[in-house]
Amino acid sequence: MGASTEGKLTLLWLQSGGCGGCTLSLLGAESPDMLTTLESAGIELLWHPSLSEEDGAGLHDIFHSILSGERQLDILCLEGAVVQGPNGSGLFHRLAGSERPMRDWIKDLTAVAKHVVAVGSCAAFGGITSGGGNPSEACGLQYDATKPGGLLGEGFRASGGLPVVNIAGCPTHPNWVTETLLQISRGEMSDTELDECHRPRSYSDHLVHHGCPRNEYYEFKASAAKPSDLGCLMEHLGCLGTQAHADCNLRLWNGEGSCLRGGYACINCTEPGFERPRHRFTETEKIAGIPVGLPIDMPKAWFVALASLSKAATPERLRENARSDHIQRAPRKTGRDK
Amino acid sequence: MSRRIIGPFNRVEGDLEVQLDIRDGRVEEAWVVSPMYRGFEQMLQGKDPLDALVYVPRICGICSVAQSVAAARALVDAQGVVMPPNGERASNLILACENMADHLTHFYLFFMPDFAREVYCNEPWFDAAAARFKAVKGSAAAEVLPARAEFLHLMGLLAGKWPHSLALQPGGTSRAIEVPERARIAAILFGFRKFLERVLFGDTLENIIALDSAEALSSWAEFRPVESSDFRHFLHIADALNLHTLGRAADRFLSYGVYPVEGRDRFSPGVWQGGLSPLDQAVISEDISHSWMHHQSEPKHPFDGVTLPSMAGEAAYSWCKAPRLGGEVVEVGALARQVVDGHPLIRDLVARNGGNVRSRVIARLLELAMVVVEMEQWASGLVPREPFCAHAELPEQAQGIGMIEAARGSLGHWLKIKNGRLLNYQIIAPTTWNFSPRDGAGTPGALEQALVGAPLREGETDPVAVQHIVRSFDPCMVCTVH
Repeated sequence: MGASTEGKLTLLWLQSGGCGGCTLSLLGAESPDMLTTLESAGIELLWHPSLSEEDGAGLHDIFHSILSGERQLDILCLEGAVVQGPNGSGLFHRLAGSERPMRDWIKDLTAVAKHVVAVGSCAAFGGITSGGGNPSEACGLQYDATKPGGLLGEGFRASGGLPVVNIAGCPTHPNWVTETLLQISRGEMSDTELDECHRPRSYSDHLVHHGCPRNEYYEFKASAAKPSDLGCLMEHLGCLGTQAHADCNLRLWNGEGSCLRGGYACINCTEPGFERPRHRFTETEKIAGIPVGLPIDMPKAWFVALASLSKAATPERLRENARSDHIQRAPRKTGRDK
Repeated sequence: MSRRIIGPFNRVEGDLEVQLDIRDGRVEEAWVVSPMYRGFEQMLQGKDPLDALVYVPRICGICSVAQSVAAARALVDAQGVVMPPNGERASNLILACENMADHLTHFYLFFMPDFAREVYCNEPWFDAAAARFKAVKGSAAAEVLPARAEFLHLMGLLAGKWPHSLALQPGGTSRAIEVPERARIAAILFGFRKFLERVLFGDTLENIIALDSAEALSSWAEFRPVESSDFRHFLHIADALNLHTLGRAADRFLSYGVYPVEGRDRFSPGVWQGGLSPLDQAVISEDISHSWMHHQSEPKHPFDGVTLPSMAGEAAYSWCKAPRLGGEVVEVGALARQVVDGHPLIRDLVARNGGNVRSRVIARLLELAMVVVEMEQWASGLVPREPFCAHAELPEQAQGIGMIEAARGSLGHWLKIKNGRLLNYQIIAPTTWNFSPRDGAGTPGALEQALVGAPLREGETDPVAVQHIVRSFDPCMVCTVH
């Protein structure tokens, strides 16, 4: 295998069955911005579909130089699902300027890349592209929704020793991507840094619930009834933040946002198979009035007992604010304290 | 004559292939191929109508909000709800933020780097263009990315995040804005205005908006040195390369209208072909004669459109359908939007040289000035503690239309609801119009027409002119086929 250029790590970024949203999100990286991050990590961008100068012929040359061993590929990032249809042919995405399905190019390149990174839930697990009956027969690099396997098979390990690193999310937070690339470039990515779905634990060891500004409403089961209400979105509006592996309310989006801060439910977009809920995304599935999806590791009986207890103790302030789109009543000391 | 196959095109959103017949140093005929199919219209069938708000933004990471707004409009059309003024203004701010970020991204990251290609290395303007606009390495990218990221902080405040927000609801937005947040929004907009005035225009937004003819633009450009602003820099290169003669299509322009305030669109809808005529959505149809689709024997209005992929047809060469307006090819985008709305500079440019590489880029930059000024007004018009979202149940049987303008042009959603579920959902995206394949009459789509006549420079096999023409439309291929 040929040498890397000037001791730099080479990065090739490809897109297939997806929307390009993880790239657009990444372009919004801050502290530092994306280009500075890559430079600081000593990463040389061989090609990126949104950024590079080289057009088709240039990309095909890059492919051939990698596959012939002339050029080392240190990091292969795939954004978007692997498209296998129609009828397993892969022709729902033929790489422009070639006669081959993109799937086959991806497979060849993963075989020689030192690290393979799935950017976004589509590349990792199939994601939204595999939703709604999966008309394009899409799957992830190493998962087909919740099932290990995908394009490369459960046992796949890139030549650097790791399975596909699944930066799941729809889209990914820019820093999930930049930090993963930094960790890889510093030789600090290992099996212990990945969770059971091979997601970087840097963000998946948290729940979206952590740091949620609606936590007090959650504690007292003061629930929102409609979009724009301030209350907890778990009871009625489909929020899965107590089950979702991500740090969205600790590491905020676009300055100071998150789904919950934007007034809408967490749909658990970092989870394999999130695109196939049994219910409308923004409506909570219930049995006998009790939400089916309870906090990830809490015994159900305890949850029900605590919920009914806390509901009985809900301060009027929270009850009122929960059904309003702005704070009606601010926290004040009660009469007893005056 | 030789058939050249060029692809994948980068610095466009998604995968694109262009096939060219070249004769005597010019493109004689072109075929535009959209090589990827995902099937969102199929996915949506049978779904709860509100699930469309989760699916459709994920059609596209660069037009994500536009897709959400179109779906929300189609749903509200089915409900018959009136959005409160705050919801209207907040939706406009979110959509405009995406559209303006797209215009900025297109100009600096997608379009201008082509002038830093080696093929131009002997041009007198090359060194300055390469230093400023070279892909990844030019000085502009390093300056623009932080400004773009900070501008997108509006999304954090108004929509939770970007892309893929669920804040855009049929009745308004799910995020009410408080008094200090309204002030923050104004401050972020002020910062973005300063960036545009200092770096892109080298002049005030108001002076750019006031340019009212081709002459006024030329004398503005000559008033200061080329390097005083990136807009002047572009105009200088455009004149040196005669970009106004490149990439003319059918010169029939369509806009659905966008940014309503009290129900009235800031940019009005219509059709322009040497004169203005009203838009009749009933004469929109999609033809699949050259698409890898089947089960639709004649062009159909999107309410009745069918999306079933099949690679059987011999004439087919793209996953894209061919939308037509009254059977005719139209061009959409910022140029179409502004010629329809009647900006005097754009009307004058179109009267002289029609739609071309230069006029399309000018219209986009002009919109950056115009829309940021509108955003300032919408932000100051937000009334905290008044409602941002109206609420209503969806009917069991209904149909709805959502027609808006994304950055790159007219975007329409047509849905039918039966028994509380989506019976049909059809989408025509801006680049579906612009990058359409041929129709049943054999008439090529807008880009296919625009590429005819593109010249080869000496020694070229893949003409750089084709790169300019393709990108002048700011294509989004993931939206095109969806």
